[in-house]
Amino acid sequence: MKVRLKIWRQENAKAKGAFVTYDFEEVSTEMSFLEMLDALNQKLIKKGDSPIAFDSDCREGICGSCGLYINGRPNGPEKGISTCQLSMRAFKDGDTIYVEPWRAKPFPVIKDLIVDRSAFDKILHACGFISVNTGSAPDGNSILVPKEYSDLAFDSSVCIGCGACVAACKNASAMLFVSAKVSHLALLPQGRPEARERVKNMVMEMDRLGFGNCTNTGACEAECPKEINLTNIARLNREYFTAKIL
Amino acid sequence: MSNIFNSSIGKKLIVALAGFFLILFLLVHMGINLTLILAESSKPFNVAAHFMGTNIIIKVFEVILFAVFLLHIIYVLILQIQNWIARPKRYKIPNFSQISFFSKFMIWLGGIILIFLVIHLTDFYFKSKFGHIEEITYDNIRYYTDLSSLVIQKFQIPGIVIFYIACFLILGFHLWHGFQSAFQTLGLNHKVYTPVIKKLGMVYTIVVVSGFTIIPLIIYFTQ
Ligand code: HEM
Ligand code: SF4
Ligand code: FES
Repeated sequence: MKVRLKIWRQENAKAKGAFVTYDFEEVSTEMSFLEMLDALNQKLIKKGDSPIAFDSDCREGICGSCGLYINGRPNGPEKGISTCQLSMRAFKDGDTIYVEPWRAKPFPVIKDLIVDRSAFDKILHACGFISVNTGSAPDGNSILVPKEYSDLAFDSSVCIGCGACVAACKNASAMLFVSAKVSHLALLPQGRPEARERVKNMVMEMDRLGFGNCTNTGACEAECPKEINLTNIARLNREYFTAKIL
Repeated sequence: MSNIFNSSIGKKLIVALAGFFLILFLLVHMGINLTLILAESSKPFNVAAHFMGTNIIIKVFEVILFAVFLLHIIYVLILQIQNWIARPKRYKIPNFSQISFFSKFMIWLGGIILIFLVIHLTDFYFKSKFGHIEEITYDNIRYYTDLSSLVIQKFQIPGIVIFYIACFLILGFHLWHGFQSAFQTLGLNHKVYTPVIKKLGMVYTIVVVSGFTIIPLIIYFTQ
């Protein structure tokens, strides 16, 4: 199978950057999207060109490092997957594929398709954790958690911090990410003691870093590889209002 | 409470609360306007307009209404500018994600509503406050301004009828997203109630848009 790739190349954070076209003919539908980029890089290296820089680690959808904006969608045309889980089967012979890095002011491009997502780490440092030792498994089991809440908390906890929500949002808002982190801990008894400080600090940090404001558009929910949903954002708003007002 | 309105979520709270107030205002406004076409004579409308123009409580509400519009617009602008700044470099291929469609155009829809408001206020409101409108007598009381005739006169002009209807449609698009969005902003999202709220928003929008639209149409074709 043959594809025409239009890939964003940018030497470093300061460089201007532009799309470069690669006609790549040795593509198999068995390949994952990242394997296809690996193969293309081998070719570039053999030719003496610099390989395309992109992030990846686990390649099984759990680390959140690989996100690419493919043909107008974070993680490409399929739903509920990260970029490393995207297969070349999703494309047809002769397709033109645009590959762009996440675009948001708090996610500056480092090189080519790699962006600096440490803004997310900063939000987590602002209290996205529980600051006591929770003990070992028996201690954990001695705290009763209603099944409904443990399920909801689990659904929120699966956020891998990939940034696809920011990339998809027309406002580059980080609300889905923050809401998943806040919800995950707010729903569990272990998270309650610090819930007020947590939500206030995380929202303040999110705003300070220059992420946009939520307009309840829903692109984040549609593109999140872990299908985190908008009820988390409503919960974040509730947690925030009660922490601030009451 | 400190600095809640400096935060993104706090600013959105103002926009949503203002939006709710405007949603209620539209219902009242539409109710009064409908007397134009539902009543036999021009009296109910002119009496209601007189009441709205002179009653002291309504006057207080009028000031609140202007303030609410201003708050909605000012905060929406601040948020929107921050949102543009948050993505300095745009994508080559725009996002096709499945989303609440009109959400993408809220600022432009709102801008058109604002232009409409200015024109609408000069057409009627400022005229009744500062301009001259014929007076009319009901039951020997001669202090009612004949706003009804002014409206009927305006809606004889096809251009004005089309302009008003187009603007109501725009308002409808604004509310199609806005109504349910305001609930989400307040943090009200629920398995059972949210689908109901979404339906309610659609019904409200259709009722308000058709209620306002039908008035110039009926006047144009029957008077
Ligand atoms: C009668 C007139 C109006 C009504 C009933 C109305 C109602 C609403 C409602 C209910 C929302 C949703 C709030 C939320 O998402 O929390 C909203 C959002 C918005 N309104 Fe209005 N509005 C009106 C006029 C205007 C005007 C004049 C402007 C602009 C100059 C405007 C600009 C916006 C924008 C940009 C949003 C999106 C905010 C967001 O999505 O976060 N609106 N409006
Ligand atoms: S909410 Fe979803 S899209 Fe956003 S960072 Fe978490 S996993 Fe990624
Ligand atoms: S490489 Fe880990 S999620 Fe894709």
